[in-house]
Amino acid sequence: MDATDIRAIVAAVLAEIAPEVDLATIADDEDLRDALDLDSMDFMNFVVGLHHKTGRDIPQADVPRLYTLAGVLRYLG
Amino acid sequence: MADFTMPALGADMETGKLVQWLVRPGARVRRGDVVAVVETHKGAIDVEIFLDGVIEQLAPLGEDLPVGAVLARVRTAGETPAAAPVMGASRARVSPAARRRAGELDLDAAGLPGSGAEGAVTLADVERAAAARQAGAPAPARRGIDPAQMRQAIAAAMARSKREIPHYYLGSSVDMQAASRWLEAYNADRPPDQRLLPAVLLLKATATALRQVPQLNGWYEDGAFRAGPGIHPGWAIALRGGGLVAPAVHDAERKSLAQLMDTLRDLVQRARIGGLRSSEMTDPTITVTSLGERGAESVFGVIYPPQVAIVGFGRMVPRPCAVDGGVQVRPQLALSLAADHRVSDGHLGGQLLAAIDRALQDPETL
Repeated sequence: MDATDIRAIVAAVLAEIAPEVDLATIADDEDLRDALDLDSMDFMNFVVGLHHKTGRDIPQADVPRLYTLAGVLRYLG
Repeated sequence: MADFTMPALGADMETGKLVQWLVRPGARVRRGDVVAVVETHKGAIDVEIFLDGVIEQLAPLGEDLPVGAVLARVRTAGETPAAAPVMGASRARVSPAARRRAGELDLDAAGLPGSGAEGAVTLADVERAAAARQAGAPAPARRGIDPAQMRQAIAAAMARSKREIPHYYLGSSVDMQAASRWLEAYNADRPPDQRLLPAVLLLKATATALRQVPQLNGWYEDGAFRAGPGIHPGWAIALRGGGLVAPAVHDAERKSLAQLMDTLRDLVQRARIGGLRSSEMTDPTITVTSLGERGAESVFGVIYPPQVAIVGFGRMVPRPCAVDGGVQVRPQLALSLAADHRVSDGHLGGQLLAAIDRALQDPETL
């Protein structure tokens, strides 16, 4: 999966959780939880969404690696 | 004939706007069926009927109606239909085919207008009623929550609370080492959609503790405490864009942790897009608020009348703690209670906090 695919997946998952968000306004190294005001449930749903759309297991221990867009790109890339 | 009236979907609701009927005259309804959508300042609520019977008349859509206004007239069991022609043996004439088809469709054939001889209800009449019911099914686009209205509603309820309820406050610190470790192990080998949030443990611990201190689970009404018919904590959900709702998690103490997680996920989703049920708005017997991993370290809530208590959990933080005469860094959680002095004292409130703490030290029993 290249970066464009991953960004599209992230945008699609976030659209379900925070529909008002424009991903283009978020820097790659920003903490998504702060930038998008995601609470614990939102972030868990974000991880569930990535899991469903990519088929990746994403063990709980890896979840902190998904806090930023850059992290998601590295992890899923 | 019984009246189905506009329910009070919270202490602060005065009127609601009827925006959709999900049933047609002639439909057989059971207590708990969602029959209408009512728009309130907390968004569109799916209203459940509290009667068993057959719908006879419906109020028109689009009007703001006060709490208590008649929404529908319902013929309850044993009553004969008023509108349908009543023949000899006090029974509407219904063709056997119509009766059978109506049974399949869950319609009451006797309540339908009949087009056959002497007003008899025919198969065609039943099919027509079913088609009409079908046509009414697609939901209109739900309107989003108006933040200004939501703020007004919160202001009204909280002002009433602070005016009428003599609050007392208690706080204590809960060691979350056991609960965190248990949760970590539980989540480690599960796929993301089966993992639990710490919030679920907090909710279950509170519900379990309320079994031991039922005096804080219920409502203050007409100058006296009334115990809740079950343990139905309202779970406080912050809405994106501002505002807050706290719908009921029914019988929380009897649900497994996995069931509670599913329930919370579903409630959060429906709180945001609309579609909370009327029972979820009216049934909470206490409120639980958890600030989560990015919130403040502690919270002292304001009681939502007519409830008599609110339990608060802050953000878990690692702190140095005295353990067995030494010092260890362990995750700590600020637990708080605001309760109504007309109903209880700090002594009882302290028992609730102690019971919640005990439950969290034994996570495998939750």
